[in-house]
Amino acid sequence: MSRKIGDVILDLQNISLRFGGVKALTDISFDIREHEVRAIIGPNGAGKSSMLNVINGVYHPQEGKIFYRGAERKKMEPHMAASTGIARTFQNIALFKGMSVLDNIMTGRTLKMKSNMLLQAMWFGPAQKEELAHRRKVEEIIDFLEIQHIRKTPVGRLPYGLQKRVDLGRALAMEPQILLLDEPMAGMNVEEKQDMCRFILDVNDQFGTTIVLIEHDMGVVMDISDRVVVLDYGKKIGDGLPDEVRSSPEVIKAYLGAGH
Amino acid sequence: MGFFIETLIGGLMAGMLYSLVALGFVLIFKSSGVFNFAQGAMVLFAALAMARFSEWANAALGGNSLFLANLIAFVGAGATMWLVAWVVERFVLRKLVNQEGATLLMVTLGITYVLEGVGQTIFGSEIYNIDVGMPKEPVMMFENLFEGGILINKEDFIAALIAALLVGLLTLFFQKTPVGRALRAVADDHQAALSIGIPLNRIWVIVWLVAGVVALVAGIIWGSKLGVQFSLATVALRALPVVILGGLTSVPGAIVGGLIIGVGEKLSEVYIGPMVGGGIEIWFAYVLALVVLLFRPQGLFGEKIINRV
Amino acid sequence: MLYRENGQFKTTYAADQQIFTIAQDKWFVLGIVAFAFLAVPMLADEYMFRAILIPFLILSLAALGVNLLVGYCGQITLGAGAFMAVGAYAAYNFLIRIDGMPLIGALLLGGLTSAGMGILFGIPSLRVRGLYLAVATLAAQFFCDWAFLRIKWFTNDSSSGSVSVSDLSVFGWVIDSPAEKYLFCLGFIVVFAVIAKNMTRATIGRQWMAIRDMDVAAEVIGIRPMYAKLSAFAVSSFFVGVAGALWGFVHLGSWEPAAFSVDRSFQLLFMVIIGGLGSILGSFVGAAFIVILPIFLNQFLPALGGLLGLHISTAAVSHAELIIFGSLIVFFLIVEPHGLARLWAIAKEKLRLWPFPH
Repeated sequence: MSRKIGDVILDLQNISLRFGGVKALTDISFDIREHEVRAIIGPNGAGKSSMLNVINGVYHPQEGKIFYRGAERKKMEPHMAASTGIARTFQNIALFKGMSVLDNIMTGRTLKMKSNMLLQAMWFGPAQKEELAHRRKVEEIIDFLEIQHIRKTPVGRLPYGLQKRVDLGRALAMEPQILLLDEPMAGMNVEEKQDMCRFILDVNDQFGTTIVLIEHDMGVVMDISDRVVVLDYGKKIGDGLPDEVRSSPEVIKAYLGAGH
Repeated sequence: MGFFIETLIGGLMAGMLYSLVALGFVLIFKSSGVFNFAQGAMVLFAALAMARFSEWANAALGGNSLFLANLIAFVGAGATMWLVAWVVERFVLRKLVNQEGATLLMVTLGITYVLEGVGQTIFGSEIYNIDVGMPKEPVMMFENLFEGGILINKEDFIAALIAALLVGLLTLFFQKTPVGRALRAVADDHQAALSIGIPLNRIWVIVWLVAGVVALVAGIIWGSKLGVQFSLATVALRALPVVILGGLTSVPGAIVGGLIIGVGEKLSEVYIGPMVGGGIEIWFAYVLALVVLLFRPQGLFGEKIINRV
Repeated sequence: MLYRENGQFKTTYAADQQIFTIAQDKWFVLGIVAFAFLAVPMLADEYMFRAILIPFLILSLAALGVNLLVGYCGQITLGAGAFMAVGAYAAYNFLIRIDGMPLIGALLLGGLTSAGMGILFGIPSLRVRGLYLAVATLAAQFFCDWAFLRIKWFTNDSSSGSVSVSDLSVFGWVIDSPAEKYLFCLGFIVVFAVIAKNMTRATIGRQWMAIRDMDVAAEVIGIRPMYAKLSAFAVSSFFVGVAGALWGFVHLGSWEPAAFSVDRSFQLLFMVIIGGLGSILGSFVGAAFIVILPIFLNQFLPALGGLLGLHISTAAVSHAELIIFGSLIVFFLIVEPHGLARLWAIAKEKLRLWPFPH
């Protein structure tokens, strides 16, 4: 099945973000189209994670506008971003350490669970039915990510690669429209990376989820992304198709340093 | 007007003492991330030691030299606090490196009970006096400025001077000495400090000793004013809002916070208290701290907390 | 029978989401509950009921409430005693001011009032965390201490400042003997334990735990911190408030604000930390430990002194109690910072594999 890249879903215009006197992002504009895989690359400290944090409302940029599906987004908290369909994974895995894999992924369903607290306290009627319905959905995700054997394991005990997968699972449980992935393959070996690439492409393909990806492995980025944004010192220095970006002199300079 | 200023000054004096106890909190929190609930028990323990050592030394010297007896007692009580610091580090802290804040907090509550029990077993549980020769009589000041003048306790005045001196010394210690720098490094990250070769165990003994000495000074001042008794241990609860107000990691915060709380307590008790039945000192301090927290979650002088993802 | 889950296959998600997924666990707990309801009332004597069993049950309920907030939602509170007080005084006022108010109605309304206070004093948790919050909750403690002492309306203008409740009865069942009081409390604690278990395995419980483990990530996946935290404060305070009302009505009969002082708050926090944060079982274990230890020391120390030919004065006993109690707390925290319940969990895990651990 071939994916059809749609209209612009998220449009970022002139975003600037400062922490005290430190400029994390300066005047950055780019857009994200529906169903595409959009990569953000750049050296360490370029502001990539800050960019994701702006998109899902953890940080509030001092300047700039964000349009989501054509409507301007006002100041927004992360949980509101989540309810509009933006999910994300984290660079330094931010799983809920005290909970099992199953429960971690179930938390991703929070927004979709509506039964009231009293019914939950009784474990009765609609609350129980709802719990089971969502469990079924979560089991689908568990099957999809091939982590059936660890569903009852506390996530703290899992190896790194599997934790990354659970992190993805939790985000998928939200059935997001845009999925932000912050270095989903950092620290993985080749096989794990291949698995992860496969999952990302499958998600994009099967569910039509728009993916915004930060990654350091150039091979991966060039292979799976449709368009690439390059950041350096909080500024945008490149934007385009993977091949265009790769041959841009400015990008080469940022990556290899002057003199090359 | 004279009455108002008198209340104000009374509040400042009381506040100075809160600052001293708060300082103990801040020192330990800064350097080990432990929120030391036992600080109040340490004040009690130190004051008990001081009172009894002084009594015993005075008896041994035949009552000839109160000054000498007090000096011996001060050294003795200081040594006792060193012993406390050593025991706490050796048998408790060393085994709890990198535990969570709540666990450490609970541990210090355990230490509180132990100190209270041991202190009263060794030194007795009566009310004792500490007489370090502080002048007791109040003086009248500014009689020409206000009608009736202002009544000030010389004792309070001296106490405030001592407290201010101690604060100055500690600030210098933290900022200028190598040990102080090491302390600040430990506060940031236990394991990182260990890995660059800072002897964590020794640092902790030092900082608990310093906190112990601060407790001793607070205990002496308080004890000479009101007598040494069990209720001294509850002073920790009075000093908590001070730390929160000033910020858990800030030495100047402890000082300013102490003054604000001291003044706030006195003024509220005098001006609001009668309207609602009195006794509002304690919770007023807490509510004051709470209101500050709502606007500045890190306290007045605390380091800003930034969430990173 | 060996402790095994072999052969217990689950074919539905419903079966997999029961409270006890292992049949032996279920029978064991049901057995204990049956024993507590049927056998204990016949076996225990009055002292047992008054000094140990009733306080244990009520404080377990309070510890359960504290555990929901501290252990599951990660919000430290040092003001639990205050919420017990709110529960007790509110229930008292509902009972005496409204004609025909049934006992259980008053107790639950006391809990609800406490829940309201919990929400109010939980608001700082939206801005501050950790130790700052712990101190903020002390504000609730001292405010309530003061309010119930000074505001005469709460105590129905009683001249001594203490209030009392007598003639407890539910639907004509008069609760006056210790055994009846015990059963009354037991009924409450069983129901509330089931409720707590249900909440912690439902979405609300997962939201609490998510906030506890990683609050930023929780918010990013759509959990509203305000809802999660304040609901934890409300539910926790409800539990604690009902426990407070039971403590006043059933255990003490007549009480003063000092019954719910800051020491009580510390005690409750000790229970959940020693018992095990984030564990229903832990709340009970911790409560048992803290209730029984002082009684044990009180009996044991003079006996030991007598054995050695020493007379130990009551003051010395109380000091020794402080020392031993404090040391034990330190000891337990060092040996097992995750609480006694963790030891039980580890033992169970080993038992599942025994006698072939590999």
